[in-house]
Amino acid sequence: MKTSLLTRCLLALLIMSSLVVGGCATVKDARGGPGQRLDPWENWNRKVFSFNENLDQYALKPVATVYAKVVPQFVRRSVDNVFANAADAWSAVNNVLQGKWEPAFSDVVRFTTNSVIGIGGVLDVASEFGLEHHFEDFGQTLGRWGFGPGAYIVWPLIGPSTVRDSIGIPFDRAASPALLINNGAAQYAIVGLQIVNTRANLLGASRLLDDIALDKYTFLRDAYLQRRRSLVFDGDAPDLPDAPAAPLPAASSAPPK
Amino acid sequence: MSLERLNTWLLAATLGLGTAVAHAQATQAPDALIKAVSTDVLDAVRADKSIKQGDVQKVVALVDAKVMPHVDFQRMTSSAVGRYWRQATPEQQKKLQDEFKILLVRTYSGALAQVQDQTVELKPMRGTPGDKEVVVKTEIRGRGDPVQLDYRLEQVGSGWKIYDVNVLGVWLVENYRNSFSQEIGANGIDGLIGKLAERNAKAGSTPR
Repeated sequence: MKTSLLTRCLLALLIMSSLVVGGCATVKDARGGPGQRLDPWENWNRKVFSFNENLDQYALKPVATVYAKVVPQFVRRSVDNVFANAADAWSAVNNVLQGKWEPAFSDVVRFTTNSVIGIGGVLDVASEFGLEHHFEDFGQTLGRWGFGPGAYIVWPLIGPSTVRDSIGIPFDRAASPALLINNGAAQYAIVGLQIVNTRANLLGASRLLDDIALDKYTFLRDAYLQRRRSLVFDGDAPDLPDAPAAPLPAASSAPPK
Repeated sequence: MSLERLNTWLLAATLGLGTAVAHAQATQAPDALIKAVSTDVLDAVRADKSIKQGDVQKVVALVDAKVMPHVDFQRMTSSAVGRYWRQATPEQQKKLQDEFKILLVRTYSGALAQVQDQTVELKPMRGTPGDKEVVVKTEIRGRGDPVQLDYRLEQVGSGWKIYDVNVLGVWLVENYRNSFSQEIGANGIDGLIGKLAERNAKAGSTPR
């Protein structure tokens, strides 16, 4: 499973070229306005979303529920910390790419502190010192560089993304403790653990989501797009002009322009 | 969206709604108001054992009585419904508002039941004095990473009322806009009312 950097770059280029041509051609306005304008592939996305939901309901959620019951809170916290630590290193890289030196430095300090004093990231010592996560990823970097989000796309297993953010997926996924391990089986185990752990953390939220969303697909899509826009602007996204209500469903089955 | 945050997203989304003004007597600055009420709510939750144990019914009752009267639900609903609002009859508007309110109260209560030892920190407020509409930025700190929680308030008489809440970059009312117009487009305004009512009824009976 160990993929080289070159392979990752090629994969990113492949995704980029296939999606950019399709996705960006239909999306002139990258403001992130009414969800329907950014979801020209809604029919496909809904199918994948449905697939993911089933997979979740029958496979992932039961496992995560058992995990949450059986694994003590401090162990789960440690698992969270180890994965967050790897994410900090990647966040540092992205902060540099975005020219945000202070956050980059903070991330580097976080990573080194937690790796050394925090014993390989198990303890989140840096947070005690007041250093916070920055959660930067490559999709945000591209956003900062001026790329609009492009069309919304739901990937099997991975879940919601956009054309722009998808370019970063191979890199974002690589930023994991699994990089350090040569043994293929162990790498799978680590990835599996990350997935289950994340799902366990979201059990309460997903229950609530079922209650409050009229249409889970639409609700999640819009939340995802808003959230990504906010992340690119680091929490200070300028207000969008008041978007008119989305056009009636006839428009969504119309062919993209 | 960093899905890890969704749990606290929903927590804070409804926490934000709940901290919607309580001391409406004096013309308190909107940010002081938010801080006071947020702290109030968090303290109340921390002090009540049955809430901590997850008794959502109790939270709903508390929230309904104390907090909800101070949120501008009409504006929230009309904002979420968008241009169809003007097409709705007063009767439909009332029903929409009622159902949306139940939805929001339940969301708030469900998330509030998961609160444990969080504190609210106010961030510097931008805007000029004399603004009729402001954005108050706060952060929820506690276990895990701080959660961004912003409020849009409007001046109503001598007080302020909340008409939208932002958690982790997502404005709640805006997020419902597409869902609502999708439903109206498919089944009309009555269809939306029906869907909301159905969702509210179902959630009330979902086993936890």
